[in-house]
Amino acid sequence: MSTSITGHSAVDELPGPDGREPLAGDAAGTGRLADRVFGGAATGAGLLVVALVALVGTFLIIQAVPALLNNNVNFLTSREWVPGGAEPRFGIVDLLWATVVSSVIAMLIAVPLGVAVALFITQYSPSWLARPAATVIDLLAAVPSIVYGFWGLNIAGQYVEPVAIFLQKTLGWLPFFESAGISAKSTLFFAGIILAIMILPIITAISREVFAQVPSTHKEGALALGATQWEMIRTAVLPFGKPGVISGAMLGLGRALGETLAVMILLSGLSDSAPWSWSIFNGGATFASKIALNAGEFDTPQKTGAYIAAGLVLFILTFIVNAIARVIIERRKAFIE
Amino acid sequence: MKTTRLAQLASLAVVGSMALAACGSDNTTGTTSAEGSSSSASASESAATECFSGTLTGEGSSAQKNAIEEAIASYTEACKDAKISYNATGSGAGVKQFIAGQVNFGGSDSALKKEGKDGAKSEVDQAAEMCGSPAWNIPMVTGPVAIAYNVKGIDKLTLTPNVAADIFAGKITTWNDAAIAEVNKGVTLPATPIKVFFRSDESGTTDNFTKWLHAAAPEKWTQDPGKKWTGSGEGKPQNAGVSEGVKSTDGGVSYVEWSYAKDNKLGMALIDNGGGAVELTSESVGKAVEAAKADGEGNDLRLELDYATKEAGAYPILLVTYELVCSKGKDAEKQKAIKAFLKHFASADVQKSLEEIGYAPLPKAMEDKVLTAIDAIS
Repeated sequence: MSTSITGHSAVDELPGPDGREPLAGDAAGTGRLADRVFGGAATGAGLLVVALVALVGTFLIIQAVPALLNNNVNFLTSREWVPGGAEPRFGIVDLLWATVVSSVIAMLIAVPLGVAVALFITQYSPSWLARPAATVIDLLAAVPSIVYGFWGLNIAGQYVEPVAIFLQKTLGWLPFFESAGISAKSTLFFAGIILAIMILPIITAISREVFAQVPSTHKEGALALGATQWEMIRTAVLPFGKPGVISGAMLGLGRALGETLAVMILLSGLSDSAPWSWSIFNGGATFASKIALNAGEFDTPQKTGAYIAAGLVLFILTFIVNAIARVIIERRKAFIE
Repeated sequence: MKTTRLAQLASLAVVGSMALAACGSDNTTGTTSAEGSSSSASASESAATECFSGTLTGEGSSAQKNAIEEAIASYTEACKDAKISYNATGSGAGVKQFIAGQVNFGGSDSALKKEGKDGAKSEVDQAAEMCGSPAWNIPMVTGPVAIAYNVKGIDKLTLTPNVAADIFAGKITTWNDAAIAEVNKGVTLPATPIKVFFRSDESGTTDNFTKWLHAAAPEKWTQDPGKKWTGSGEGKPQNAGVSEGVKSTDGGVSYVEWSYAKDNKLGMALIDNGGGAVELTSESVGKAVEAAKADGEGNDLRLELDYATKEAGAYPILLVTYELVCSKGKDAEKQKAIKAFLKHFASADVQKSLEEIGYAPLPKAMEDKVLTAIDAIS
């Protein structure tokens, strides 16, 4: 029985012996007390989580709606962010841009790197090295994000500066690479690099798990047909692991989108008068960093509501990304199984 | 295998959180709590300090964090049964928590507001409602704001409000601009580009700095002063972030609390409001506090600072942080405790000790007023 990372296997898709839906229990209880208590407790736990999420969502919406109604500019298309005062004006364009750009940069670096590391650990490395290597990568996940922030600012930043300057010089004619006059260690580009390091362990760990589960019959079959190691990986390991890699990437993306402290420490804020720039060497603030930056000054419900509304957008963004990932995984599954 | 990995993870987490705690010294969200543990307090000191036993909680302004920590440390050294904690979460949070009755006293960079915002009740009314009596703003710590710069080749720099406004609005872009040379005769200025850094979080420092710009250079700085920066430049979080930015950038300039400019060994500009260039010292700041107008009634000591003051020798850019207290509290014991602690805080010795960590002591006249107000708390 082959089990994919999605938790479904081919067997799961078949109808049960007496014509029941796949995976449906026969609902036969023994009628014993322990049975009923356990069933009830499990149902209760499930309902509790759903209720919690619903209540949190309701609370957020209740807080955000009055602030949004008070807004004097379009929340979705304005670049201004003046959430307080008698005439609040706030929009999310800049926040959305900074969040998406830094996360995309992080994904561009972390996904190929994470998959490569996972392939090395599961397919290439000798077994005495595989375990320590995996542990070391996992340890990256245990470093608090504020440490990443300070490390980036005080140590890593200076080494990225020449790279950034080189890119600006050679590719500066492209709007994405033009210089925006922000210190090299405070740009979206550098924040993306640090985010990549932060999400690397998530992507690696999940990819590793799926690659390790590739049935050896698949691999041996490929090798028996004359495939080289790399051809075997390409034809057997990667297709099998794809849904898992996508799942891992989405978990990583979720972290990158919501990362707060490291980004707050690294990214330079922009002044209100700064012109719009497409450059990845610009500063800015992500949803999460903006909220964290100003959390100490939530002095009116109006202001709090504006920030909560921004938080809601982040929530919806993450939800959409996850939904897309689900769709891709489901399609993939239909194809390979 | 499983346990070893877990242990490794745990040890790393411990190291990480230690590093976090180390970084927390200049982070505003740190909680300060001190407990009397030392027995080395001299007899004379403990005699002079009125002690209470129990706990006292405060929350608010991060600008006075280091000052209040110092005061708490010296107080609890003398009074071992007292436990005082101050959570430096920012002025806004301090006012909110004080009004909600969550803490015994609040700390804020600005006095409680008399006008309500966004249709809500004013802070003064809300605080009075919570206390059951008027709440008082007691000025306790004065924190001057330095214009800190890091330019190779400039050791001494004088700025007038007009020139500073142009620099911080991004209109003057190099250090050898004619306008800067005009007020710095005899100084050779390099052609380094000016890099302005500002506070990307809302802050009382920004508020006070823009109040000065707005008051002293009204034609140049037309924006309304506020906690949110409206000039140009590159934003950094907290005093620590801003000073790090200036320190690591040749040509960098920003406005930071005095202690951060001193600790990072940044150059500090002399300010010429029209009465001659004034260096930032305790005396020049004290002079400006003395020149401030009292704005409250009786023992409510809210101050109205004259940022445009032309008085010779008065350094005009400063913020006064207040302790927010109930004049008559519902809990008599707590009020006594607040009284004892604030009395210690306002005493000349403690105020003097604040100078080393970047604050200016209250001038004598103000100290007397503050002590009178504290005595009237019941």
